[in-house]
Amino acid sequence: MIAVLGLLLGILVGLFLEPSVPEPLQAYLPIAVVAALDAVFGGLRAFLDGIFDDRVFVVSFVSNVLIAGVIVYLGDQLGVGGQLSTGVIVVLGIRIFSNVAAIRRHLFHA
Amino acid sequence: MPGPRQNPTDTAPVDRLRAVVTGRPGRGQLVVAALLALLGFAAAVQIRQTDTDDNFGGQSRQNLVALIDSLSSATDRANSQLDDLEQTRDELLTSSQRRQAALEESRDQLEVLNILTGSVAATGPGITIVVRDAQGDDVAAALLNGVEELRVAGAEAIEINDTLRVVASTSFTQQDGLVFVDDVPLRAPYVIDAVGEPGTLNEAMVFRGGFVSSIEALKGSAEIDRADVVLVSSLHQAKPDEYAHPTDR
Repeated sequence: MIAVLGLLLGILVGLFLEPSVPEPLQAYLPIAVVAALDAVFGGLRAFLDGIFDDRVFVVSFVSNVLIAGVIVYLGDQLGVGGQLSTGVIVVLGIRIFSNVAAIRRHLFHA
Repeated sequence: MPGPRQNPTDTAPVDRLRAVVTGRPGRGQLVVAALLALLGFAAAVQIRQTDTDDNFGGQSRQNLVALIDSLSSATDRANSQLDDLEQTRDELLTSSQRRQAALEESRDQLEVLNILTGSVAATGPGITIVVRDAQGDDVAAALLNGVEELRVAGAEAIEINDTLRVVASTSFTQQDGLVFVDDVPLRAPYVIDAVGEPGTLNEAMVFRGGFVSSIEALKGSAEIDRADVVLVSSLHQAKPDEYAHPTDR
């Protein structure tokens, strides 16, 4: 319950404060968001599997975000930032889809 | 791993979810809530950023190149249009200047012609000739000669007795000792006003065998006054031409 409230609180704060993203972070924020989403869906799946652990969740959340950022940064330095961002998004998307499929099986048995 | 790790065989997943949503939150839930808040915040910020990004950030390189191409071709078109319009403006300006010059020239010409045809009064330096006591049948001819001499000397406006403007069609006749100018009887003394260069006009009158000599031959006298301002105020009413029409050239 409190987790859903936290999500709503974050969205509201982001909408009402209207902060602008600092220039150096602009390339990383979307990737970081998608990586965090992947961690969240993974956490939800683990919870439904009965193997949820908050420490694992925190570590996977932070490491997902960090690794995504590092990959994009590396891609920028190598001159293939755009392609590498696309690759990261695709991989994370596939993971999100498979996690959601597992969640769906748990909730709807289908 | 010890702690709150769940037992997979505990209950059904849906029941576990319901229990977590309705039950008391533990320490793990607080951490998850904080991370989710961070995620929501970042997502909201990023969505807003993308909205305000003029929609160019998500465009592919090809699209951007095409956009720039179309922009630059639009700029080229606008520039060539600008050139055309400036050229048109310059043409109109020069044509209006030419019109202005032609108009001014026409006005000058109109002034000259108005004075020449006697339709306006004229003033300027010139001479005044007073002819007295001339007798005989040749007075009109002598006056005509005098007027001709004045014209040759460059008189620009001539009038007689302050009433008769001398123009191209002015006639000098004599009947029964009376002088008629344009069929109007003239009384002595005859006063001729002429606007022109005073020295030249004077010379044209006084040379041997000229106007003054011919008046003296008619037992009269001719007195010439130079003046800085001679007023020729009488007007000549020009009749519309009955036979002559202006041609294009």
